[in-house]
Amino acid sequence: MIGRILLALAGLVLLAFLIAPAPFAPLFQPFTRNGAPAIYAQTSLLSLTLSHLAIVAAAVAASTVIGLTLAILVTRRAGREFLPLARTVTAVGQTFPPVAVLALAVPVLGFGTGPTLVALFLYGLLPVFENALAGLTGQPPAVTEAARGMGLTPRQRLWQIDLPLALPLLLAGMRLTAVISLGTATIGSTIAARTLGEVIIAGLLSSNTAFVLQGGLVVGILAVLIHHGFQALESRARRRMGLE
Amino acid sequence: MARLSPPAVLFALIGAAGLALPLVQFKANRIVPGEGVGLSALPFGLAVAAGLAAVLIAGCAAAWPAVLRLAAAIAGLVAVVLSLGAAASHLTPEGNTLARVAPAAGFWLLALGFGLMAADAVNRLRPSLALRWLLLAGAVALAAGILASGALDGVSVMREYATRRDLFMREAQAHLALAFGSLGLALLAGIPLGIAIFQGRRWRGTVLGVLNILQTIPSLALFGIMIPILGWVAAAVPGAAGAGVSGIGTFPALVALFLYALLPVVSNTLAGLSGVPAATREAAVGLGMTRTQVLAQVLVPLALPVLLAAVRIVLVQNIGLAVIAGLIGGGGFGTFVFQGLNQTAMDLVLLGALPTIALALVAGIALDLAVQGARRGAA
Repeated sequence: MIGRILLALAGLVLLAFLIAPAPFAPLFQPFTRNGAPAIYAQTSLLSLTLSHLAIVAAAVAASTVIGLTLAILVTRRAGREFLPLARTVTAVGQTFPPVAVLALAVPVLGFGTGPTLVALFLYGLLPVFENALAGLTGQPPAVTEAARGMGLTPRQRLWQIDLPLALPLLLAGMRLTAVISLGTATIGSTIAARTLGEVIIAGLLSSNTAFVLQGGLVVGILAVLIHHGFQALESRARRRMGLE
Repeated sequence: MARLSPPAVLFALIGAAGLALPLVQFKANRIVPGEGVGLSALPFGLAVAAGLAAVLIAGCAAAWPAVLRLAAAIAGLVAVVLSLGAAASHLTPEGNTLARVAPAAGFWLLALGFGLMAADAVNRLRPSLALRWLLLAGAVALAAGILASGALDGVSVMREYATRRDLFMREAQAHLALAFGSLGLALLAGIPLGIAIFQGRRWRGTVLGVLNILQTIPSLALFGIMIPILGWVAAAVPGAAGAGVSGIGTFPALVALFLYALLPVVSNTLAGLSGVPAATREAAVGLGMTRTQVLAQVLVPLALPVLLAAVRIVLVQNIGLAVIAGLIGGGGFGTFVFQGLNQTAMDLVLLGALPTIALALVAGIALDLAVQGARRGAA
């Protein structure tokens, strides 16, 4: 309960800071030198945050749709032969450093928001796919037997049994993807994507720690909020399935 | 009609797309946009393309045994890489140091097709642990052999390498020092911390909570924040600067990576120790072992596989994150990546990104094998 109140409080402070950052300036003043500005003012922090969140949300949505579709395909009879290969590819793919993926997307897509979105999408596919796969294949044999005994068609089984049971794990995969993307999107600013990384990089270039700090704090608080939001959804989904 | 293997059909389609697209891109210098050159435009290119196509199509038959499939995939991969090298030396005019021949979509798709074919074959082979170590060592030796043979020296990335060989070695050392140094520090601090919160239940929530929050700070910000903090420490704490603490160079990056590495080490130490059955622990106490003996002789060996799994997570993660050190002047392969991005010189980006990916890949596979070995040892 105390945790929830703290989270809500952090969310409110974040919102207040984004809407009206000026009153917070004294907090960041000690971290500046030579009278440098304490609050990043080149672009509004709110618009950067919204753009950052929009990029992450688009990437997570795309990863979820494609990752889940692929996981469903390789667990059907026609796709079975791809299952071991798909496992290997996801395991290997996840060792690829996100920064390297981002850098490699540039020659194909140029600079800007596009390559960042694609890199986040590709990198986000893996946790979603892996978790959806675990959810779709990890059911107790009794459930599978019961579904067959009830005479459900494969399609009915997918929609009424497999997917609802896989939902908590799928949400966990989306949570991983969202939190990783949120952090990685900041690096997107090195290739001119409009994200909060812009604030951090401006701070690094002008040795203004206040900028680094406020960019990092906003992303950090967003990550914690999103992490807990997904966790709440997961436990609700588990309760609804009677898994808890 | 012979039965087809569906995955092999997919590889053949990817390979066919690769054959249809330009293998390399020729640029008069490293900045201007280039023109694509297909495999068939090269001498012997048609023969090589026909050979690759034949392997891809023949591989579709499900009857192929896994060993043959693996051999064909490796042969195909080597042929594709060697054609890249041959294309580069053929297209570059004699004595021209400005022209660049970079791998293009066709090369990457062909490499992907044959790479997937090899991965699929290894899966079907169901190799033993020893054989998998052997395959990994073989793959690394083959890659090193091709690079050392000079067959690829005309390719753009290798030409970028040739002009800054010493710098590359220095940055490689810095990268390895960052990844392994932060891992070593995290093990030194994290294992005792994990043991402490295993025995003292009271601090468990607080320690894990703090480490969890550290993990959510974006890497770019954590690296940046370390600079002023450590600069202040070096200036304010007597003896700190002498001990190597510094706000510039590699040190802030090392500390940031160390902080990221703590959570996996501490939480896996805790999970490993908690996973030892109570009966085992009681039996050890019943044998008259002291608390320290139980920890050192029973708990830690049994927790080893979980601990090794943490080493895998940390090493793969930190090899990747160490790239960001390049942005704050901490050295490593990231230096090339960000320099390349700034100059829109993609060959330079590749020079930083490819070794990082290779390093993470080899470290990930090797430690996966080590974890499996340790599991078998503990069971």
